[in-house]
Amino acid sequence: MRRKQMIYLLFFLILLLAPFYLTEFRLALLGKFLCYAIIAVGICLIWGYTGILSLGHGVYFGIGAYCMAMYLKLEASKGALPDFMEWNGVQELPWFWKPFFNPFFSIMAAIFVPAMLAAVLGMLTFKNRIKGVYFSLLSQAVVVVVVTLLIAKQDLTGGTNGLTNFSTVFGFSLSSPMVQIVLYAITVFALFAIFMLSVWITKSRLGHVLIAIRDGENRLRFLGFDPAVFKVFIYSLSASFAGIAGALFVLQVGLISPSMMDIIPSIEMVLWVAIGGRHSLFGAIIGAILTNGAKSFFSETYPDVWLFCLGILFILIVVFFPKGIAGLFEAFPKRFTKFFEKGVKKGESDSVVS
Amino acid sequence: MNPILSCHDIIVDFDGFKALQGVNLDVHHGEIRFLIGPNGAGKTTLLDVICGKTKAADGKVMFQGVDLTKRREHEIVRHGIARKFQNPSVFTELTVFENMELSIKQNRNLFSVMKAKLTTDEKDEITAMLERTDLLDRAYDPAGLLSHGQKQWLEIGMQLLQKPEVLLLDEPIAGMTGAEREKTGLFIQEIAEKCAVLIVEHDMDFVRKFAEQVTVMHEGKILCEGSMEEVQQNELVAEVYLGREAKVC
Repeated sequence: MRRKQMIYLLFFLILLLAPFYLTEFRLALLGKFLCYAIIAVGICLIWGYTGILSLGHGVYFGIGAYCMAMYLKLEASKGALPDFMEWNGVQELPWFWKPFFNPFFSIMAAIFVPAMLAAVLGMLTFKNRIKGVYFSLLSQAVVVVVVTLLIAKQDLTGGTNGLTNFSTVFGFSLSSPMVQIVLYAITVFALFAIFMLSVWITKSRLGHVLIAIRDGENRLRFLGFDPAVFKVFIYSLSASFAGIAGALFVLQVGLISPSMMDIIPSIEMVLWVAIGGRHSLFGAIIGAILTNGAKSFFSETYPDVWLFCLGILFILIVVFFPKGIAGLFEAFPKRFTKFFEKGVKKGESDSVVS
Repeated sequence: MNPILSCHDIIVDFDGFKALQGVNLDVHHGEIRFLIGPNGAGKTTLLDVICGKTKAADGKVMFQGVDLTKRREHEIVRHGIARKFQNPSVFTELTVFENMELSIKQNRNLFSVMKAKLTTDEKDEITAMLERTDLLDRAYDPAGLLSHGQKQWLEIGMQLLQKPEVLLLDEPIAGMTGAEREKTGLFIQEIAEKCAVLIVEHDMDFVRKFAEQVTVMHEGKILCEGSMEEVQQNELVAEVYLGREAKVC
């Protein structure tokens, strides 16, 4: 236990010190990956622990990102209409844009709008005992609906181009390296807080209930629990994580468009967790960072083969390491120490006898 | 004495197949009642109706004056009816101790569970149950590693931790060795001191040994009720179910 905590602490320390040893470009990339890692933690909670496979987390990520982007866009427009609205002949700012003048409201919206959408979807499905593949398909249908809506309402949402051309946040220039470093640090802290919260949940009785849902939902029902309530809660929580990730993503990347939250990115999010190890929260973080790191490395050097690599990697993981990278690390020390443990155990039994 | 649990005219219709055709059953406090009958008689279906897994097309399940017919499973459990399934169903990835921790009678809403800490009372209760079910030395092993018989015991233990008024057992001794059966039977007798036990069982030796009251079902109806001797002497029963076996006795 102790050693694990040391590794976590060391990991976050290395992340926090990244501005001192990474170039501006690499730091921006890492910041983006950490946003992805936040999503991965959320997916690990619902998939690895509770057994809900959501193929639609892109939506929650996207909504969080759009909420933040609307604020940034309004600030960049300096009181005038956002540029794309003018191009589309919109005369007046639509009502639902107006609250986003307030940065605090925007941040809250980025967290709670995804959570509420997830809660509605969860109530409709989990209460009616829709699960497994049927739920996964429904979650994907939500992606299609939201993405289609965003593209169709180009005059209100920016359409396929999404929202971009931001200038300042809270009056600070987004292009300044110092602001980017601060945003990076906030992302590291957000990831740390979300990771610790998730670890606490999985260790608590609530976490045991979640595992029980995964292992035997029916049995749990006959212990007097209503699984639907717990599933809605954890699904909403996971959606709000994705929303937070989206908001941080927009601040650092400066762009959100429907293609970033579509079906393919949604499935990729699940792949990160599968590669990292879906039963391990820390594994999910590593999976998200490594997969995306590999993606940007390969797409920089061999842009054509990246998708093949991802495909092959996924097949290898599923076939040989179903517990992902985390499973690999758990298995290795065991194999290693088995040799020594035999000796230790002998000693123990001796001391018990004597 | 008023029955603690009573079923009135239960009818269950599976797409035209009438699994239960007007079943009346009373269970009294502290009794061990066995449900026997040939395959397809509707024994398990009756248990399913009582615990809410299957909805009755018609009829009423009354429990301590409360109508449970329309309640959902977890609400019925909270009223005090526990159910053990035919196949041992425990949470394989959780440890034996954690399995019991979830089973203990507690507030099962989201916020209580979030705040819940293992109290010393709960710990003592679980430890006592681990002793009763002979699982103390396996407490921190994942439940998936237990043997079949141990899983059955764990599941019964989990049901008892809920402090039920009525315990529904579906073939609790299936797949157990002779010694384990004996132990389970004694365990059930011990349980019956605190709550009523309704058991579906096929093993006639076991029924003969431990039954106080027997209800015989046949084709979705109650055929007759009484002690094991009374039931065995009933000609109808001999005809449809006990058959040759009854003549041997």
